[in-house]
Amino acid sequence: MRKHFSLISQYLIGVMFGFGLIISGMTNPQKILNFLDITGSWDPSLIFVMGGAVLVGLGGFYLVTKRSEAFFGGVLHIPKRRDMTKPLIIGSLMFGAGWGIAGFCPGPAIVSLGSGQIKALVFVLAMLVGMIICDRFFTGHKSKP
Amino acid sequence: MTINWVDFTPMPALLGGLILGLSAVLYVVLHGRILGISGIVSGLLRPQKDDYLWRFALVFGLLTAPFWAMALFELTLYPIIDADWLGIIVAGLLVGFGSVYGSGCTSGHGICGLSRLSPRSLVATATFMLSGFLVVYIIRHVIGA
Repeated sequence: MRKHFSLISQYLIGVMFGFGLIISGMTNPQKILNFLDITGSWDPSLIFVMGGAVLVGLGGFYLVTKRSEAFFGGVLHIPKRRDMTKPLIIGSLMFGAGWGIAGFCPGPAIVSLGSGQIKALVFVLAMLVGMIICDRFFTGHKSKP
Repeated sequence: MTINWVDFTPMPALLGGLILGLSAVLYVVLHGRILGISGIVSGLLRPQKDDYLWRFALVFGLLTAPFWAMALFELTLYPIIDADWLGIIVAGLLVGFGSVYGSGCTSGHGICGLSRLSPRSLVATATFMLSGFLVVYIIRHVIGA
C-alpha cells in the first residue's frame, strides 16, 4: 500500500514540477535563449526562477539533511562528493552548449513533449541517445545529479 | 546590454521558481532523493529490478503536466523554438551526453545543488551558464549578425 502511495507521490511531484516550469515560462525555448543572450536584448526572468527555487530550497534542504530517513522509507540519497573533476567541467560545458543551441534542458523538453511538440520529441530522443552513449562508453553506471 | 522589458516576466518567473523549489524539497523529504531530471531519466535507460517504476511515475507526471495545466487552470504552453532540425538533434545529443557526463542538469545541479550549497553543483552551474552565454552569443551575434 505504501508503495502505491509512493508512486502516486512521485507522479504528483512530477506534475507539480511541470507546473513550475510552465508557469515560470521555462518551457518556452525562446525565453531561455533570451536569457542567455546577455549582450543582446536580455530577458532576466530566469534569475527570478532560480532565485525563487533556491530561496525555498536553501531553507528546505537545510532542514531536511538533518533527517536520516525519507518519509516513504529508505535512506537519503544525497550526493556527498566534493571533488572537482574533468567530467564535471567538460560535461557541463557540453550541456550548456546544447542548452544554448536549442533552449531546452531535460525537464522543460519532457514537459513540452507532453504538450505534443514534435521538435521536443526529436530533442528528447536525441537526448536519450546522448545519455546512452555516455553511459555505455564513458561513465559506466555511476551518474548522480 | 539592454533589458528586454517586453518579454521580462518577473512575477510568473518567481512564482514558478517557488513551485520548483517546493517540489525539490518535497521530493527529498518524501523520497529521499535529489530531484534531478537528467539523473532520473538516464536511470530509466539501464533499468534494474525495482528501480524503474518510480522513475517512470515521475516522468509521466512531467509528460502529463501540460494536460493538467490546461484542465485545471486553462494554462497553455506557447513554445517558440528557433533552432532548426539539425540544431535540435545536435543540442539533444549534447544535453543528454553532457548531463550524464557532468552528473546533472539545471534541476539537479542548478536548483537542488545550489540549494544544498554543493561546491560541485556551483561549479557545474557556473560552467553551463557560461557555455550557454557563449553559444548564444556565437549563434545570434557572430553567425546571425
